[in-house]
Amino acid sequence: MSTTTTPRTKRQAKEAAGPYGNVSRAVNELDDRLGVAKARTFLDKIFPDHWSFMLGEIALYSFVILLLTGVFLTLYFVPSQSSVRIPMDFPYAPLRGQRVSEAFYSTVNMSFNVRCGLLMRQMHHWACDIFVGSIVVHMARVYFTGAFRKPRETNWLIGSTLLILAITNGFLGYSLPDDLVSGTGLRIADSIMLSVPLVGSYLSFFVFGGNFPGTAVIPRFFVLHVLLIPGIIIGLVSAHLFLLVRQKHTQFPGKGRTEKNVVGTPMFPVFIAKTQGFLFITLGVTALLGAFAEINPIWQFGPYDAAKISYAVQPDWYMGFLDGLLRIFPPIEFASFGHTIPLEVFIPAVVFPGIVFNIAMAWPWIERKFTKDNEMHNLLDRPRDVPHRTAFGVAFFSLLAILFIASSTDVLANFFHVSLNTVLWAMRILTILVPIVTYPVTYFLCIEMQEGGRLIGKRKTANIVHRTTEGEYIAEPAAVRPGDGHHELDALPVPSFIEGIDEELEAPHEGELVEPGVRAVTR
Amino acid sequence: MTTENHDHAHDGSELLSLDQVTASSPQMQPLARDPKTMETKISALFVLSTLCFVGFGVAYWQDANFWLYGALLGTGMSFVGVGLVAWGKYLMPRGPFVEERHELASTPEERNAFAAALVERGGVTIKRRKVLGTLLGASMGAVGVVSLFPLLRSLGPLPGDTLQKTDWKKGTYLVGSNGRRVHIGTMTVGGSMTVFPEGLQDTDNGQAVDQTMLIRLEPNYPESNPANFKTKTGRENWGPSGYVAYSKLCTHLGCPVGLYEQQLELLVCPCHQSMFNVREAAQPIFGPAPRPLPQLPLAVDANGFLFAADGYTEAVGPGFWERS
Repeated sequence: MSTTTTPRTKRQAKEAAGPYGNVSRAVNELDDRLGVAKARTFLDKIFPDHWSFMLGEIALYSFVILLLTGVFLTLYFVPSQSSVRIPMDFPYAPLRGQRVSEAFYSTVNMSFNVRCGLLMRQMHHWACDIFVGSIVVHMARVYFTGAFRKPRETNWLIGSTLLILAITNGFLGYSLPDDLVSGTGLRIADSIMLSVPLVGSYLSFFVFGGNFPGTAVIPRFFVLHVLLIPGIIIGLVSAHLFLLVRQKHTQFPGKGRTEKNVVGTPMFPVFIAKTQGFLFITLGVTALLGAFAEINPIWQFGPYDAAKISYAVQPDWYMGFLDGLLRIFPPIEFASFGHTIPLEVFIPAVVFPGIVFNIAMAWPWIERKFTKDNEMHNLLDRPRDVPHRTAFGVAFFSLLAILFIASSTDVLANFFHVSLNTVLWAMRILTILVPIVTYPVTYFLCIEMQEGGRLIGKRKTANIVHRTTEGEYIAEPAAVRPGDGHHELDALPVPSFIEGIDEELEAPHEGELVEPGVRAVTR
Repeated sequence: MTTENHDHAHDGSELLSLDQVTASSPQMQPLARDPKTMETKISALFVLSTLCFVGFGVAYWQDANFWLYGALLGTGMSFVGVGLVAWGKYLMPRGPFVEERHELASTPEERNAFAAALVERGGVTIKRRKVLGTLLGASMGAVGVVSLFPLLRSLGPLPGDTLQKTDWKKGTYLVGSNGRRVHIGTMTVGGSMTVFPEGLQDTDNGQAVDQTMLIRLEPNYPESNPANFKTKTGRENWGPSGYVAYSKLCTHLGCPVGLYEQQLELLVCPCHQSMFNVREAAQPIFGPAPRPLPQLPLAVDANGFLFAADGYTEAVGPGFWERS
């Protein structure tokens, strides 16, 4: 709304703009065009405080790191399988004079000859492992606290899709350098595609542009890895955040917290400061990992050669459960009627992950079938209060954990000096046994813990311990003092004006008695 | 929606919003005079588009001509598009309907509250902790600056004096793109060809930087060296037997000056039509080029082959900061 009278002097113009000088003028200019002042509700948006709510932030910020470092890598990576000879003055002697693909050469070249290149590469790889890991832990938090319930099922679906995309893009990414380990991974991926009944061979040929390995797969994976999938991830992350803002954050039950409010700190400036701090912490940890924890040293693996293989070949951690099940699954090929279905590959590598992700994505609806609960939920559950869900989740994750461990059967057998067969059978039995055991154990633990949970949100009463002249100690509850049970302040709506915030708060003087038994200490 | 302040359509009927119309309002009627016929026409379009798409599938299956794919796909898409537009225009409610604009700007109270939130809550927290704010600013400034190092400096080596130099040195033989040396009898007067330093005719640098235009002119300097062509004072011996050589890189934007206008003895750059007078040290006589093309001093060996009597005496190609 423009002012009715035209101000004559600069001073009049300043006063007409509003009480906050240049800020007011900037707000006025933007508001005329965009109506930004109505966005005050966004500044005032309340974020509940709980440590577990930062897990999703780790995922978001590691994705930011992936984008930043990834742009750097694209400046040096050559997505081509044509052959080049590594020059004789290459810093890493064992590779000198070897014929390798341009993809491999450009990757080792950026690791050795580009300043900061190795750091960026290792940060990128670590950020990916952290990205997938934090998504999984974030999903576990959402699952065990029931945050996926109505009205947030859509965001659960988006989140699960993001997990699948993150895993896919991680696999595509670590396949790009064309080193011996990733090439072996591609070979296995090819065989998994071939195992699909009816269309498997077509699938494989369309992905690789012909027979494995061909020369098309790395340029193709590159464009998927740097353009298509990141684009979809950016879109879905935006939708995820939009829904988060629109539906407001969940919160744990506590003082003053209801289904109809949100208690916490405002977006501006408190949450912004904390979350930006968190971005830097994530950056910092990733940079330290990139500097001190070597990851994927492909110059040691050497270039991919379809006729070479290395011992103890394992995929990145998020592929571990698949590799584990492939190792321990019995060889039960179906071959009849002139056709073969390699069930020993198809079931563990296609059907099983299909079931896992389908259960994960459909979980809000699966649970509703049992609970018949169609209410809106903004308050979170404590895991112990929903024992069946918690028990199922623990069984589910322990199954995946066992399969993850099974992806290193050879290393385990070697390390513990037992036969591979022993480890194999141990893993087969554990895969079935562990979920069956963890479910009831978790269930009864939850029931047990519910007993201890009666005092949620209440302060423990203080005891005063006396020593008698005989040396005996006697504890008796202290008298209730003013303030007991009120250690949490009452939540207030966010004020737009804070009167007198500039004046120092009236603090009690050092040593002055605030109330009986409590002495003021300067902060 | 105020009722007393209705706008009116050009035919005098009231402008209605969508929640005021009824099924019988004239605005809800289709524009087509004969909706049945229009429906038939649109149906035909959709049927044709389906046939086109099926045809595309068949053409692909039969590995037909590329223009057939495009024709079928383009025609099919166009039919769908025209059909949809016609459906919307002729068979759906003709309107018009009205929607009030919402005031974009907020009230002064809302503006003040927004500014207050920024200043009272955000500004004050910073104002009260000025030291923290300054230190954080310094830290962010430092990381902003040092981030530029890996982002920029890793990208490539520094130019050094490479832009000032070419591979032409004293004694470098001239070769054509086939790698053969140029004999003094190769060209007649009026001829021209592109030459490179011997051995570099197939290299990136040889082609991008060293490329040189060799032209034969009628010798014009009979006094001391009758066979020479002098383009300028001080270049008395640069043009043996009428051969002169200029850098082929335009001094405007580096395009190869590939056109030799034989009659007028002009080198013409095809990019922005700069013209260089070959007789007068390649002075630009037309167009945006600011400087003459650098000339390469030539000499002839005992067997009659041309070589460079020296390298270029200045940087070739377009201007840049370090050019002296």
